[in-house]
Amino acid sequence: MFELDKWQEIYSTIRKNKLRTFLTGFAVAWGIFMLIILLGSGKGLENGVTDQFQGGANNGIWISSGMTSKEFKGLQAGRMIRFTNDDYNLLKESVRDHEYMSSRMFLGNIITSYKNEYGSFYLSPCHPDYGNIKEVEMIRGRFLNYLDIDEFRKVAVIGEKVKQDLFKEPDTVAMGEYLNINGVLFRVVGVFRDFGRDDSEQRRIYIPISTAQRVFSGQNVVSQISFTTGDASVEEVDLMLDYTRNLLAKKHTFDTEDQRAVSIWNKNEDFRRFQGLFMGIRLFIWIVGIGTIIAGIVGVSNIMMISVKERTKEIGIRKALGATPFSIISLILREAIVITGFSGYIGLVLGIGVLELISRNLPETDFFRSPEANFSIAVGATILLIAAGTLAGLFPARKAARIKPIEALRDE
Amino acid sequence: MIKIRNIHKSYTNGQMNLHVLKGINLDIEAGEMISIMGPSGSGKSTLLNIFGILDNYDNGEYYLDGKKIQNLNERKAALLRNRMLGFVFQAFNLVSFKNAMENVALPLYYQKVPRRKRNKIALEYLDKLGLKDWAHHLPNELSGGQKQRVAIARALITQPKVILADEPTGALDSVTSQEMMNLLTEINQTGITMIIVTHELDIARRTQKTIRIIDGTIQEIVENEVQSTKYEDRTQVRSNVIASEAKQPKNEVTSVSRPKQYEKVA
Ligand SMILES: Nc1ncnc2c1ncn2[C@@H]1O[C@H](COP(=O)(O)OP(=O)(O)OP(=O)(O)O)[C@@H](O)[C@H]1O
Ligand SMILES: [Mg+2]
Repeated sequence: MFELDKWQEIYSTIRKNKLRTFLTGFAVAWGIFMLIILLGSGKGLENGVTDQFQGGANNGIWISSGMTSKEFKGLQAGRMIRFTNDDYNLLKESVRDHEYMSSRMFLGNIITSYKNEYGSFYLSPCHPDYGNIKEVEMIRGRFLNYLDIDEFRKVAVIGEKVKQDLFKEPDTVAMGEYLNINGVLFRVVGVFRDFGRDDSEQRRIYIPISTAQRVFSGQNVVSQISFTTGDASVEEVDLMLDYTRNLLAKKHTFDTEDQRAVSIWNKNEDFRRFQGLFMGIRLFIWIVGIGTIIAGIVGVSNIMMISVKERTKEIGIRKALGATPFSIISLILREAIVITGFSGYIGLVLGIGVLELISRNLPETDFFRSPEANFSIAVGATILLIAAGTLAGLFPARKAARIKPIEALRDE
Repeated sequence: MIKIRNIHKSYTNGQMNLHVLKGINLDIEAGEMISIMGPSGSGKSTLLNIFGILDNYDNGEYYLDGKKIQNLNERKAALLRNRMLGFVFQAFNLVSFKNAMENVALPLYYQKVPRRKRNKIALEYLDKLGLKDWAHHLPNELSGGQKQRVAIARALITQPKVILADEPTGALDSVTSQEMMNLLTEINQTGITMIIVTHELDIARRTQKTIRIIDGTIQEIVENEVQSTKYEDRTQVRSNVIASEAKQPKNEVTSVSRPKQYEKVA
C-alpha cells in the first residue's frame, strides 16, 4: 500500500493527463466544499442558538407570575397574580424533589457607586441557592448564605465587570469595601464570574432578597421563583411541574389550564427541543452533502470509465509485459483514490478557509455565531473521500482488469 | 524450448465458427532463430499468441521450457510472460506517455525492481541499442526504427528465454528492416530463442528455419542455407526453397479457404 513506486507510477499517469484529471477532480472538490460549508453553517446556527441557553443549570425551572386570561370561579380574567414569600415557602416545602430553590425580585438597573466611581448595574435580590441555579463561579469570597437572609445583612456579591468598573485601581480586591446602592451601603463579600451568553450577566449585583424587600420595597413581594430538578427524569419533571402548577392555581385561585396566570419555563425541555431540531438540520445537511458528493463520484467514475477505454491499448501492453489483473485494478483504483482524495482535500481546505473568513468578518447575531468545521468533520470527510475514491474507481478498474491483451493490441 | 503437439484453435463469432489452427506440431530448440511465414489469415499471429500465453488453445499440448502450459489463470500467465518471454510487435506498442527509458523499464516495474535501479538498467539496454541520447524522448519523437529498437530493448530487459516478434519489420523500410534483423540475429547469438512472424522473404531467409503455414496447418519447414549477420552479404546468399512466397495485400479481407494468390518475387 505504501510503496513509493506505485504512487510514482500513478503520479506519472496523472501528470500526463492534466486536463482530464482536473475535470475529474473538480466535481469532487466542489462536493466536499459544499458539504463543509453546509456543515459549518449548520454548526454556526447551532452555536448561536446554544449560546442562548448558556448561563444557568440545564435542569432549571423558572416560574413567573402574570395575569389571568380565563374567568375562574366567578373571578374575572385580567387579574394580576403576585408572588410573595409565602409562595416561595409553599413551593420549597411542597415540591419535594427540587434540588435548589430561590426567589428573585426584579429591580432593574440601579445606580451604584464606590467612592467617586459610578455605574448602573442590574440589581438582583435572591436566595443563596440562586448561585447554584445560575451556576456562577466565585473568583473571590463567597456567594450569599442563609445567615445573610435571616439577619437581613447588607452584603453584595458583584460580577467581575462591576468590580472592574467601580474599582479602578488594578490591585484592589474589592472585598469588604462598601458600595452605595441607591443610597444604601452594602459590603462586598464576593466577586463572581458568569459564563452566560454576554457581558450583561457579569454586570450584576446579587443581594439577599430579605434585605432588598426591607430596604427597597417594604413588602414581601417576589417576582420570580426558580428551582432545579436535580437528577429527576423527564417524566418526573413533568409530574413535578404539574404538581407545582396545581399548587399555585389552588393558592391563587386560577384555572390550571390558564398558561398566562403563571408561566413555567422548563429550560431542559426547550433545550431538548432545539437539540432535536439540530439533529434534523444536521441530518438534512449530510443528506444534501452526500448527494452532492455522490454526483461527484458518478462523475469521476464516468470519466475514468472513458479513460480506461482510451487506455485499452496501454493496459493491454502492460498485461503483455507481465501486469497481473490485480496490479491493473490497483493502478486504476489508486488513481481514482488519488484524484478524489487530492481534489477533495482541496475542497476541504477551501471550505474551511471560507468558513474561517465568514466567522472573522460576519457580525455575530443571536442565532448565528462562529461557523466552524471541527476535527471530527474533517476526519469524517477524509474517510468519505477515500470511500468515494474507491467506489468511483471500482467499475472502471474491473473493466480494465477484463481487457484482453490480444484484443487490445490487435492493430486496427 | 517450445514443444507443441496437435494444437487446435477456433474462434467463434456469433454463429460463425472459424477453425484457425488445425493441428500444429512443432519443436523449437533453445537458441534457435526461426521465422513463420504464410498468407494473411493463415493463423501465424494466433500461433504466436499461443506461444506468448496471450491466448489459450482448444486442443493439444504446449510445453514452454519443459513446463506444460494449459488453462493458466491470468496471474500465472502474466508472471510467466514477464519472466520467460519478450514481445516485439509490428505496431511497436510503446506506452505513448512514457519516455523511451520508462517504456524499457516497464517490465521490471512488474518484477518490483526499484525505480532507480530499473531506470539504470533500462539506460544500459538503450545504450547497447545505440539509443542512449533518446532515452528521455517520448515515442512520438522517435522514428519507426528507433521505436522498434526501444521495443526490443524492452523485450530484452527481463532477459527472457524466448523473444516473440510479430512482423517486427512490417512498419519499417527495407534498410531499417535489415538493420533490425542484424540486431535480432545478434541477440539470438547470446542464446535467446527467437521466433519471427514475417511476410518478407528477405527477413525469413536470415533465420535458420522458416515454417510455412497455410490454412492453419504447417505446409513445410525449410532450413535456410546460409546465415549471415550483415545485410551487405545477403545478396550473395540464396535461400533454396522459398521462392514463391509473397506478401498479400494486408487490408484485403481474407478467408482461410479462399484460393491463394501468390505473386512472384521479382
Ligand atoms: N479474436 C478473434 N476473434 C475472431 N476471429 C479471429 C480473432 N483473431 C483472429 N481471428 C481470425 O483468425 C484468422 C487468423 O488470424 P491471424 O491473426 O492468426 O492471421 P495471421 O496469419 O497473423 O494474418 P496476418 O498475416 O494478416 O497478420 C483470421 O481469419 C482472423 O480473422
Ligand atoms: Mg498477424
